[in-house]
Amino acid sequence: MTTVNVGASERSLKQKVEQALGVVAEDAKLSKSYMTVAFIALLIGGFLGLFQGLERAGLIQLPSWFTYYQVLTAHGILLVLVLTAFFTIGYFYAGLSQVLGGILPHVRRMAWIGFWLKIVGFVCAVIPIIMNDATVMFTFYPPMAASPLFYIGLALIVIGVWMCAFGAFINVATWRKQNPGKQIPIFAFFATGVFVLLFFGSIGVTIEVIMLIFWSAGILETINVMVSRTLFWSFGHTLVNIWYLTAVSAWYTIVPKIIGGRRFSDTLTRVVVILLVITNIPGGFHHQIVDPGMGEALKYMHVFMSLAIGFPSLMTAYAMFSVFERTGRLKGGKGLLGWFKKLPWGDVRFLAPFIAMAAFAPAGAGGIAQTTNQLNQVVHNTLWVVGHFHLTVGTSVVLTFFGISYWLIPHISKRVLTPQMNRIGIIQTIIWTVGMLFMSGAMHYVGLLGSPRRTSYTTYGDHAVALGWDPYMILLAIGGTLLIVGVIIQVYAVFNMMFFAPKGKTEFPIAETEEEPQGKKPALWADRWGLWIVLMLLVVSMGYVIPLVDMIVNAPPGSPPIRTW
Amino acid sequence: MPRSEKIWLTLSFGIIMGFMLIVGYQAFALELGPPSHKETIDPQKVDETAPFDNPGVFQTGDNEYEVVMVLQAFSYTPHEIEVPAGAKVTFTLTTKDVIHGFQIARTNVNAMVVPGHIQKITQTFKEPGEYLVLCNEYCGIGHQIMGTTITVK
Repeated sequence: MTTVNVGASERSLKQKVEQALGVVAEDAKLSKSYMTVAFIALLIGGFLGLFQGLERAGLIQLPSWFTYYQVLTAHGILLVLVLTAFFTIGYFYAGLSQVLGGILPHVRRMAWIGFWLKIVGFVCAVIPIIMNDATVMFTFYPPMAASPLFYIGLALIVIGVWMCAFGAFINVATWRKQNPGKQIPIFAFFATGVFVLLFFGSIGVTIEVIMLIFWSAGILETINVMVSRTLFWSFGHTLVNIWYLTAVSAWYTIVPKIIGGRRFSDTLTRVVVILLVITNIPGGFHHQIVDPGMGEALKYMHVFMSLAIGFPSLMTAYAMFSVFERTGRLKGGKGLLGWFKKLPWGDVRFLAPFIAMAAFAPAGAGGIAQTTNQLNQVVHNTLWVVGHFHLTVGTSVVLTFFGISYWLIPHISKRVLTPQMNRIGIIQTIIWTVGMLFMSGAMHYVGLLGSPRRTSYTTYGDHAVALGWDPYMILLAIGGTLLIVGVIIQVYAVFNMMFFAPKGKTEFPIAETEEEPQGKKPALWADRWGLWIVLMLLVVSMGYVIPLVDMIVNAPPGSPPIRTW
Repeated sequence: MPRSEKIWLTLSFGIIMGFMLIVGYQAFALELGPPSHKETIDPQKVDETAPFDNPGVFQTGDNEYEVVMVLQAFSYTPHEIEVPAGAKVTFTLTTKDVIHGFQIARTNVNAMVVPGHIQKITQTFKEPGEYLVLCNEYCGIGHQIMGTTITVK
């Protein structure tokens, strides 16, 4: 009897110690698994990117058994889907474990089921890509038809993501039930927003993918191409905005703590999240500005819906610099810009996300430009667009993720960030920044000169205009080469911190909010997610009901599956 | 909310609204809107359907032309187009197989050509020269060779 008691109290003591150390072992294992997959995807996807850059510049030729277009399909799926999804889920689950007092056991099980569904789905999708049976890019526009296995894989990945989304909802809802009258912790609030978007944003593409499974298997004879394309983009742009919202969560909640300050107004932070969630999904329509089958008035309305996403981002820009200035002044920064020097530039956990934010200034401006009708027509499907998303996803998002890794990986591995590793991180950040300046800069410019995206090396029969692109392609290849060096350093850093760094305690750094006026009640209204979801669905309906009904009612005869590779 | 933030957000809102006004003015008053033709066709019967049963360059008015063009992996029909300088050319486009792009490098001509749909876009070629037309939507293994030229004399 006594021994049992001792055993039980020892166990609870162990749990208490874990709690104090700031990490629950089982939750840490979950996040570590997600991070491991994310950074392996970065390594493989990075090399595939390098091969493309070198081929595009005419420096190498990819073999016929693994063509440029196969490489491009795999690069897209690995980096815009696997790296980002696995990182996002690993990061938010680690944070939810922290702020909600642990992940519930059945939610943890759901996250593991989600993990394996995604892995199995990914393997299903990759096999036909390697076999050259799914060389359709990660946008898989019909009537190009891949092997049914490819679409089945994609469907499994989505279901895996949904498992994690529902798990997060259950965990947050349970916490709220147990803590009546309290606000959802800010980090969990961001997580809720991200998972709401992940679920609702992927419903359209799931319908598309299910139709494509039947169509590619020969059960459906033809497919409505415009409906598929529209359903895809209701998801495609939301997805990148979800990765962006993930990065934004770290800007608002983590970065202020790292620089020794307090975070921006809690209420305004929540407003930004709510706005990003409500306005997001119809934003994808701007990918179809030069499509046939829909009128100019509709396209004009969608310019507005796309630009609406810009507003919360401009709110964020103010919030970030406000936090930086206040913190810098508290540390003794004087004058107009003295505070700027007081920021911890030698700390990779700050430097990487700072450059990520700075990159979002030109990246966001470029986005506003290309989302407007006439300007979109200048750059649509040119390398400009590729330059744009390497600045947004490839820099603003990914560099924030890298910055997060320097405390998150030690946190979940019960290790510490050493000064040497910090130095490696600084070097990595600089290499990444310079590499992206070359690559993204060259892509933007050569795109304005008309060079198309998703096209292997070509001179169009030595046409003068196409030959004029070549010098910029060399700059692109230089950038790509620097980036692969960055990838290798980053992957080394992650696995070193996971398995070899000195043991110790690293906190999950969430900042306290700035001082609120006396007696101000917390903004409980912000936590009414049911209402925000209804508003979001209203905006989605405004954006999509009319064009989709039009495309279905006035549909041309459909297209049979076609293989052109 | 501090005063500086109010100013910032007012400016942000103003910039977005300014964009909207300019885009709307250009699209509807100056008729510079993006190609948005709404006419459908059976993608499996392009060769039998007018006007695509007879692709080519047709003069439609005083220095105005229509180019009826069929896109397929990995070519444009007609190939090699010639028009006089200053000509206003309307391209009427459709595809026989997958989605293709119709972009004329160094101009603002840029349109998606989707199976089942007819797309139209107009351009006035002021400067003589040899313009490069290219497909900017991945369409298969020969996507990089899908291009042609328009000679403006």
